[in-house]
Order: sequence, then C-alpha cells, then structure tokens
Amino acid sequence: MGEGFAITRGDDALLHLAGAFTLARIAEIDAELAAATAAMQKGAPSEAAPAPRGIDGSGVAVLDTAGAWAVLRALGRAGLGLEAARGFSPEQTRLLRTVADAMPRPVPAAPARSRLAETLERLGRAAEEIARLLRDLTAYLGLFVLRLGAAVARPRRLPVTALVHHCQQVGLNAVPIVVLMAFLIGVVLAFQGATQLRRFGADVFVVDLIAISVLRELGVLLTAIIVAGRTASAFTAQLGAMKMREEIDAMRTLAIDPAEALILPRVLALVITLPVLTLLANVAGLAGGALMAWIDLGISPAMFRTRLLETSVDHVTVGMLKAPVFAVVIGLIGCHAGMQVQGSTDSLGRLTSASVVRAIFAVILIDALFSIFYSEVGL
Amino acid sequence: MSAPREAVIAVRGLGTRFGPQIVHQGLDLDLWRGEVLGVVGGSGSGKSVLLRTITGLNRPFAGSVRVFGTEVVGAPPEALAELETRWGVMFQDGALFSALTVRENVEVPLRAIAGLPDAIRRDLADLKIAMVGLPLEAGDKYPSELSGGMRKRAGLARALARDPELLFLDEPTAGLDPIGAAAFDRLLVDLSGALGLTVFLVTHDLDTLIATASRVAVLAEGRVLVEGTMEAMRTVDHPWVREYFQGPRARAAQASHEGRG
Repeated sequence: MGEGFAITRGDDALLHLAGAFTLARIAEIDAELAAATAAMQKGAPSEAAPAPRGIDGSGVAVLDTAGAWAVLRALGRAGLGLEAARGFSPEQTRLLRTVADAMPRPVPAAPARSRLAETLERLGRAAEEIARLLRDLTAYLGLFVLRLGAAVARPRRLPVTALVHHCQQVGLNAVPIVVLMAFLIGVVLAFQGATQLRRFGADVFVVDLIAISVLRELGVLLTAIIVAGRTASAFTAQLGAMKMREEIDAMRTLAIDPAEALILPRVLALVITLPVLTLLANVAGLAGGALMAWIDLGISPAMFRTRLLETSVDHVTVGMLKAPVFAVVIGLIGCHAGMQVQGSTDSLGRLTSASVVRAIFAVILIDALFSIFYSEVGL
Repeated sequence: MSAPREAVIAVRGLGTRFGPQIVHQGLDLDLWRGEVLGVVGGSGSGKSVLLRTITGLNRPFAGSVRVFGTEVVGAPPEALAELETRWGVMFQDGALFSALTVRENVEVPLRAIAGLPDAIRRDLADLKIAMVGLPLEAGDKYPSELSGGMRKRAGLARALARDPELLFLDEPTAGLDPIGAAAFDRLLVDLSGALGLTVFLVTHDLDTLIATASRVAVLAEGRVLVEGTMEAMRTVDHPWVREYFQGPRARAAQASHEGRG
C-alpha cells in the first residue's frame, strides 16, 4: 500500500515518526531509522543538557510487526529499551511489547572453517555413506536368503498371491519394451557389423558377431538395465510410500515380517522373470539381426540358422547365468532404498532416483566382474 | 455494538458441489473485522470446503464471496493475488514445503516483497518463528524433523509472515495433545489481540472454541444453521447443535474453562 512515512528529529532529541510503518517499505524504514539513530547518538554528547532520548510514535498511522521490529531495532541500536518508545496508541504499544518479547537474540555465529576441512569432511561422509550402503545391502542379501530358506522349508509360508502379482508387474508387463529394445539392437548390430565386415569380404561372420554379442552380453545387460529403471524405482516408490504412511510399522506390530511379506516376493519375482525376459530378449535380438542380415547382406534365414548353430552354446549359458544375479541385485537395491525413506516426500523422490542409479551402476559393475571371471575360467 | 461493523468476509447464496453431491446450498455468512469466528459442523458438513471456497481454491456453482469488498468468485488472478497479500492461511498439518527449512518456509511469502534485503527477510522470519513460540533453532530444521505441534506453529508463522489482516485456520488443534492444544489456543488469543487479526477458524475442538471464538457459526444441511455466541448456542433447539454444545464433552470443556478462568 502506498502510504508514505516520515522520520524527523525534533528539538526534544526525540525521533518523531509519522505515516505508515509497514512491511511494504521496511528496507527504507530500517535504513532511515538507522541513519537517524546514528545521528542522534553522535549529536547527543555535544549538547549541554542530557536530553531524554527516544522515539515518539504519536504520528504513526499504521504499524505492523515489521514496523515494530524496525522501531525496536532502532531503540536497540541507540541502547534504549521499550520504555523509550512513547506516544504510540495502546494497540501499537501492545504490538511493540509482543514483538519485543519475541525479538530474536543474536546468536554467536559458528566458527568459520577452512574450505579444505569442509571438502575433507564431505569426502569422508561420502565414503562412509558408500561403506554403510554396501554393508546394508549385504545384510539385505542375508535377510533375503534367510527368508527364502524359510519359505523353501515351509512352502506354505510363501506369499504366493503377492509373488504372482509381482511376476506380472515386473515380468509380463515388461515384455513389450524388452522385446522391442532387443529387436532394434539386433538390427543395429547387423547393420553396423555388415558395413565393416563387407570390406574384408567376411560378410557371413556377421552371424557370429550378432550371436556372440547378443547372447553373451547385450541381451542380458540391456534387459537388466531396462528392468533396473522400471522395477528398482517401482519397488522404492512402493515400499517408500508404505514406510511414510507407517504401514511397515503397522505390519511389525501385527507380527508380520516386512522382509517376508514385502521383500521376498518382490526379489523372488525378479529372480524368476528376469531370466525369462533375457531369453525373450535373446530371441528378439537374433530375429532382428537375422532380418537385417537378410535385407542388407542377402544372408537367408536358413543360412543364418546354420551359422548360428555352429557357434558355441556356451554363449547362451554365459549370458543366462548372469540374469538371476542381476535380478537379486536390482531387487535388493530397490527394496533397500524404499525402506530408507523417512517422513518427507522429498526423501521418497531422492531415494527413488538414487535406487535407479545404484541399480544400473551395480548391473554394469557386476557385468564387468563376470567378464573377468569368465575369461579366467576360460568360458 | 454501536460502531458500524465492517464485513471482512461476506458470503451470499453460496452453492458448492463435488460432482452430483451438493456440499453447500444458499449459504450466507459474515465475518466482521476483529472477531474470531469459529466454524463448526459434523464431518462432511463442508467446513474445509467453505474455507477453500472463500480463499479461491474451490469454485462454487452459485453465489458470491466478497473478501475486503472484492468478489473472489471468478476473480481475475491479479485481483486474487492482491487479496492473498492481505490474508494468511494455515492448513491442517501446516502444509509446509518439505524441501525447505522452517525459516525458508516463513521467508517464502516475504520473497514477494520487492527490494527486501536478505538480512531483513531473515530477521523478520526469525521474529515470526519466535512469535509463534518456536525456539530459534527450529528455524534451521526441516518440517519432517518437527513434531505435529511444532509443524502447526511453523504453519502459523508462515501464514502470519506478511502481517495479514485476515487469518484462516483449518483445524489448528487437531492431532495435538491437550497441553499443546491449550498452548495453541492461548497463542491464538494473544496474537489475534496484539496483531488486530480477524480470524476464520474451522475446528472440531470445543476447548478451542470456548477459549478463542467470539462468535460461532454452525454448518449443517448445506448452510449456516445458526450463528451466535457460545452461550446462545446452548439454547438452540436442533438435535445436532444440542448434542454438540450440550453433550458430555461440551460440558466438560465448559467446566474446565470456567475453572481456569
């Protein structure tokens, strides 16, 4: 609102305020009051009579808490108390008193620290974070194996309905995207491989190229990455929302074990469906490659099949063996992140994205470890 | 009352509905400057919907809502923005922004003021945090780190950040323990007196009504069934009103209030 304000220094060594002292122009008000009180302090000693100093508010039309705050700050700067404010209306005096009671006391600032120390601290905390994450995930793996063992020993305890539900969610519903992705990868491989191999007249080896790269690496790896993006985030979001609504605490009080009721069916569903998805991805990748080889190189499907059967079956085994390992890792990372969610929606969002990043990173890291392992054992 | 009363809120012939379900029909209500109006009613009687309609969050199908003389229904965004600087709303659980600390939450409304230096904005936010009775350290905490009562106080601090003339409170004491609720009632009385607030208070809590409300409006059957002082409510002959204001809880609340006063 557009009302003005005026601060004048009277002969009686009082500051006379007039007009509206409100939030809208509080910066100017505070600055002018600061200048006026400074002048008042400087001027006072030179005058012979120790004049009573203070602030006269009889002209103040509107005062809000911000205005009251500025007046009290000016009094504080001049070393005066609330009693030096006079002429304010009873309501304004009451407001001044309320604000004075709440005036924040200045707190000593925390001692400044060197940038190096802060960097080191951040680094140390990050390292500790990673160590704790690894320890927690190991604990979750143990928990999963324990619950799985219990379920195998007493199959009636296995939550079959939940298991089937999650198999549909993470397996069946992922089929279209996984198959399409693998088919396109097969097409791209054949196309790129063909242009290179044609230069050596080794066109027919494109079949080996496709078979080995799809069966050994790409089929399982890309399927795992898609599933990590789809499912790890879904697990985190589901469990995180349940954690926020205290559903998981409620389960504990009802003697339902969250690890058995929530984590076991989810991870087990992944262990069952990820190899199936990988198999479908392998078939789709080979089909895409065969189609492109036929169109681009004139390798007929029959010839493709013949060449394909000559490559070692080991490649399939090598690829498929990774699938259940990836499944356990993706499932555990997703569930673990979900269980870490605290009260706020903020932490839910942060952990959901973190779980995807962690799961994809873990999949690629483990794939690299598998490569080293396989080359050591000579597969 | 001899002085001419100024209607801060004037609701006339209000009708709201969700799909086929009619919440309000032909609802009239006035809120006079300087009073604390307690709005009560059974669950589903549309108390919160009324609050949301008056603050422009919900669009009615009929009637008019005037706040400070400005029509809210169908108001252009600029007019609504102008009104929003003059009122503060405290939602049920504080509705604090979870990604911000309490101080940053209180600073949000202050950011709309042009030319306000950061240091002053921070100091004013601290002042509001202290005025609602929160310790200074609470300013650095995130809403998820606070108890329910502290979240409500922080929500009140944010609602008061721009020194509104009109304050909307939705169930300010719901979910608080009796001590916390009583402390909140006292805070409300103190602040509304010191800041000259007009308060629109939606509540279930009889203790809060007795301690704070200068007038009560009962919502039932889609309209304001009766309005008046707490004393007047006890003489109303309507089954719900009688049950509410003369039931065992009402008598206990009244007795404890008289004992305290």
